[in-house]
Amino acid sequence: MTEVDEIVARYRGDESALIQILLDIQREYYWLPKEALLELSERLEVPLNRIYHIATFYKAFSLTPRGRHQVMVCMGTACYIRGAPQLLDKVEEILKLKPGETSSDMRFTLTTVNCLGCCALGPVVVVDGEYHGRLAPAKVGQFLEACD
Amino acid sequence: MARIKSPSDLVKLRRKILGKRDPNKPCITICSGTGCQAYASEKVVAAFVDEIKRQGLEKEVDIRRTGCHGFCEKGPLTVIYPEEICYLQVEPKDVPEIVSQTVVENKIIDRLIYTDPLTNERIIHESEIPFYKNQSRLIFGNNRRIDPRSIEDYIALGGYSAVAKALFEMTPEQIIETVKRSGLRGRGGAGFPTGLKWEFCRNAPGDSKYVIINCDEGDPGAYMDRSLFEGNPHSVLEGALIGAYAIGAREGYIYVRQEYPIAVENVAIAIEQAKNYGLLGADILGSGFDFDIYMHRGGGAFVSGEETALIAALEGRVGEPRQRPPYPATSGLWDKPTNINNVETWANVPFIINNGAEWYSALGTEKSKGTKIFSLVGKVNNTGLIEVPMGITLREIVYNIGGGIRGGKKFKAVQTGGPSGGCIPESLIDLPIDFEKLTEVGSMMGSGGMIVMDEDTCMVDVARYFLSFLSEESCGKCTPCREGLKHMLAVLNRIIEGNGREGDIELLEELSEVIADASLCALGGTAPNPVLTTLKYFRDEYEAHIKERRCPAKSCKPLVTYYIQPDKCQACLICLRNCPVDAIYGDKGLVHWIDQEKCIKCGICLDVCPPRFNAVVKLSGEPVPAPVPEKKVMRKKVGR
Repeated sequence: MTEVDEIVARYRGDESALIQILLDIQREYYWLPKEALLELSERLEVPLNRIYHIATFYKAFSLTPRGRHQVMVCMGTACYIRGAPQLLDKVEEILKLKPGETSSDMRFTLTTVNCLGCCALGPVVVVDGEYHGRLAPAKVGQFLEACD
Repeated sequence: MARIKSPSDLVKLRRKILGKRDPNKPCITICSGTGCQAYASEKVVAAFVDEIKRQGLEKEVDIRRTGCHGFCEKGPLTVIYPEEICYLQVEPKDVPEIVSQTVVENKIIDRLIYTDPLTNERIIHESEIPFYKNQSRLIFGNNRRIDPRSIEDYIALGGYSAVAKALFEMTPEQIIETVKRSGLRGRGGAGFPTGLKWEFCRNAPGDSKYVIINCDEGDPGAYMDRSLFEGNPHSVLEGALIGAYAIGAREGYIYVRQEYPIAVENVAIAIEQAKNYGLLGADILGSGFDFDIYMHRGGGAFVSGEETALIAALEGRVGEPRQRPPYPATSGLWDKPTNINNVETWANVPFIINNGAEWYSALGTEKSKGTKIFSLVGKVNNTGLIEVPMGITLREIVYNIGGGIRGGKKFKAVQTGGPSGGCIPESLIDLPIDFEKLTEVGSMMGSGGMIVMDEDTCMVDVARYFLSFLSEESCGKCTPCREGLKHMLAVLNRIIEGNGREGDIELLEELSEVIADASLCALGGTAPNPVLTTLKYFRDEYEAHIKERRCPAKSCKPLVTYYIQPDKCQACLICLRNCPVDAIYGDKGLVHWIDQEKCIKCGICLDVCPPRFNAVVKLSGEPVPAPVPEKKVMRKKVGR
């Protein structure tokens, strides 16, 4: 995998940059393929279990492929008290997914996030990077149906 | 750009930058903080660029994308200088009018300016809006004056003069003494005296030492560090440079959450620019002092903000905390003496060096000096970031700055200190806010999140929310935190589901005590706080859930039922058509009713029932009246 080579080279093969390297791999593939991790383990001479320890510890990493459309519901405190749980219920119902899951046709991945720091817009749903704020549960369907 | 080789070079450069700038030249500034960008402020910027070009005004008008102004409620914000005309909620379609009317003809567009909801007064200038007028924007105030990607903008405002003063006019000991006398305390949560922390690190044996900027802002509902770092990155770097010189560190690290992409980008640009000017790297300003700084992105784990966990992550290991002592001041990154301060703490330092310890310590209360940035969010009218002197009361914050509670609802509590903090009830609304007072009432300063709650917020559910957050974020290394939080959460879940038992409250208190005493780090040590403070001030709500199966705020789904009041229903079919599970029966002319067996309690019927009918209500702890099937609607002409 030349992408992994490139990323490792960016950090001059420094093993203390392991988390940074994994973040870059995640950005490249939107998940952490096993082959990439095996190769990384060899290149950096770091045990695979340490890599998996990190990969399962942090929220940013996914060990399964993600869908074409990323749906993220903010569950920060401000969104929560402004009705994020009801919004999440509705999104789960429409997508038939629980947070962390990807639909079998690879159309959607649903995740939650602890805070996006745009609390004035709460409750917020982000669909493919686009923010939809102050959203009533009844209105979220239109943004999801618009995704092919 | 040429390297700045001495303090006088810096002064010359500032004069040169200012000499090229005409303070009377119109400048359109657009807030480009994350909040405004979520409102699509980038499209507004693009529209201004196009319009200025279209009208051939490129030479007469400047456009500047600034850092976060703080008034996120009304974004995207646009301020037009030199008059400081402030337009709110600007959309691309407003842009041609703003340029031709306001920029060219100096006329105010009434619909875009702030109208005080209480007095109906129309306010043109940004600084006169009550949200801003009642603040003391010392650290955060420059965000709106500069483009965070322009070091020249920062230097024009006197930026890096504090470093020049520190390097050439002060000894490291004098700097530490000044910071100590200023009374500055860490803004990251614990409130440890900053000068003392620096002194520990300076006095620790060892040649290589490190400083770290902590921007792992994990508290949900708090975003002041991000806005400060992305809006004015040089002020934070300047503070860290001064700290490094005082401590004797030649290298520093920045730990920033990867969820903050704009901060990552702006800080990377700032480092590059500072290097090019010789403000980072070897022989800074010709002083002989060398300092380099590197950025590390965090992978998203709440516990990683804890200093020993953060150090582990910087070393490429999992960000789990370890036992202290040894403290990082003696054995931190790579086992070398290390000083970690939070973004806001570092940003205070240049002000203290420039203005002196006495000037700084005149602000605030006896033991908490200076100002504090809070993120005021939740059920308040003016959501945003505010900077106020320590000692201000909650009432002033919620009502004078925050504009009161949304939708005219009743204020219930303010949650401060993030997941480790607590809820402060209405009876304590005149509490002056500082480190001591917040701790006294069972909460804490934390990083400065302030979540306002109203009568519709269930305090048991709030406690459960934080417990579920912490139990998920617990790294699992020590048993009291890992297992204890899980058990507390299970108890809270059953209370909310209406299965609470006699003795559950006492069980929660007992678990809290053990977890607080026996956990390895502050995450577990403070985790019971949300439960303890809600028990202290809202015990009746717990009891109502357990004894009466009733949620007083009518918010806990399992304890709530929806009911259509037959005398108010106008048989408009709206709720019936919107019900996702066809649980509503009725017809044109026939009163609607809900089949409670089928109802999933999604609340959509309540949302869609026209406010002028107001027929759908929530009930809790009382029996649902039996439906009256086939009842004809007695149609009244409503509102006429």
